[in-house]
Amino acid sequence: MSYTCEERDLVVIGAGPAGLCAALEAVSHKCDPLVLDENHRGGGQLLKQVHKFFGSHHHGAGKRGFQIGEELVEKCEEKQVEIRLNSLAAAFFQDGSILVRDPKKIYLLKSKATIIATGAVEKPLAFPGWTLPGVMGAGGAQTLMNVHRVLPGRRIAMVGSGNVGLIVAYQLVQAGASIACIIEVDDKVKGYQVHRDKLRKLGIKILLRHRVVRAEGDDCVRAVLVEDMQTGRVFRYKVDGICLAVGMSPLVELPLMRGCELEYNLRLGGWVVRHDENMRTSCPNVYVAGDVSGVEEASIAMEEGRLAGISACVDLGLIAKGKAQNKRKEILERLRELRAISGKEVGEDQRSSEERNLTV
Amino acid sequence: MYIYEHPILGKINKSPKVTIYINGRPHEGYLGEPVASALWAAGVRAYKLTKRFHEPRGPFCFIGRCTDCEVEIDGIPRVKACVTPVKEGMSIRVPDL
Ligand SMILES: Cc1cc2nc3c(=O)[nH]c(=O)nc-3n(C[C@H](O)[C@H](O)[C@H](O)COP(=O)(O)OP(=O)(O)OC[C@H]3O[C@@H](n4cnc5c(N)ncnc54)[C@H](O)[C@@H]3O)c2cc1C
Repeated sequence: MSYTCEERDLVVIGAGPAGLCAALEAVSHKCDPLVLDENHRGGGQLLKQVHKFFGSHHHGAGKRGFQIGEELVEKCEEKQVEIRLNSLAAAFFQDGSILVRDPKKIYLLKSKATIIATGAVEKPLAFPGWTLPGVMGAGGAQTLMNVHRVLPGRRIAMVGSGNVGLIVAYQLVQAGASIACIIEVDDKVKGYQVHRDKLRKLGIKILLRHRVVRAEGDDCVRAVLVEDMQTGRVFRYKVDGICLAVGMSPLVELPLMRGCELEYNLRLGGWVVRHDENMRTSCPNVYVAGDVSGVEEASIAMEEGRLAGISACVDLGLIAKGKAQNKRKEILERLRELRAISGKEVGEDQRSSEERNLTV
Repeated sequence: MYIYEHPILGKINKSPKVTIYINGRPHEGYLGEPVASALWAAGVRAYKLTKRFHEPRGPFCFIGRCTDCEVEIDGIPRVKACVTPVKEGMSIRVPDL
């Protein structure tokens, strides 16, 4: 069987903050990128973030996540960037061609340069009963309530006290649910102080040094059993939902298929695509940006997108090396600042929870 | 249960309401929303039973990755409910528990 094949200079896979910024950078150098996203809207994870972001003015601090996403999409429309929605990049072959599936057809794309910005997927956590309906990823619950406006449950236990766990717990309350408890294996809360304080004001308990023993229920979750790891005492909470916020893994299938080298970095989400400072992978003319290159934050994903866009344009011969060098320097400086902020708040100890989750 | 009022997002602002059939019974849904959210709003929790042990499964990731939300839609088995948009008159089959 043969498919139609379309040729492009630059294909960007994923229309999240990383992919959209990569495309915007590329058009500013007179490149004509094509962006693919399997979702029916652009914006990636930002679409479901109803909280205000912080960081610097440059990264949209003070705006809510979904607003930042909408603005990026609008900017792309202004610059006439072609974004194909409902278009899944199903395969990335070693000869460099990409197999795309949309609701009507399957076709091939051949591009001179490809930026992969596919983001990450939530990690599950196995315990007896974890497959029961009502146990879901915290990000999944967030999509359900903030995008589709359906309440995930009335009373929910959150597993994990990192930023995702804290933010989604707070947003569940905003949406009308109650939180039975937040369960954390480590002996300290993992997320930012601001998020923790908001929950404290609501009187929500964060159980440190606790673990999930099992979920109970026949057709769906009815209760969760939680053990105090210091005393061994077990508590039972009646809940109709358990949200897992125990980290994310980069979606590395496409780069892996293409032949890009990976490396293991627990702090960045496990297997990530190996890349240099300018977001070049081990395969020529293939770049990564955002969570797929290591799970961090939207603001970092945006800067990485810009770097990948510059690198692709340099390799396509669209920018002079000297000009690129100056732009890169500015971006790398901002990245250093961003990483210094998030490093101070969470840094290395995000890791210890994950390691404990693996061992308990 | 739909969230009709939200302190930040305001009133629900979804597409037109349509009727879908869950195991033959009529329910409301919104045109174009994922089948998975319409089912959850209608109170369905078990979307499928596993083949060997007949254990219930429901949505986990909501982004088309985990396959736990597969249902039968208009006679076609194993369709991912979280990435399939709702249409008027759609007929969805889920386990009768
Ligand atoms: C609850 C929560 C709270 C957060 N809060 C903050 C915060 O306060 N501040 C902050 O800076 N960051 C925050 N983040 C993190 C931020 O959302 C992510 O780091 C950021 O969205 C990553 O951007 P990305 O472009 O790499 O990936 P994503 O936003 O995940 O976008 C990836 C896109 O690629 C598409 N895609 C994937 N695979 C394919 C394929 N094969 N074919 C076609 N398309 C595909 C997806 O549909 C998606 O649109 C939060 C995250 C979560 C979950």
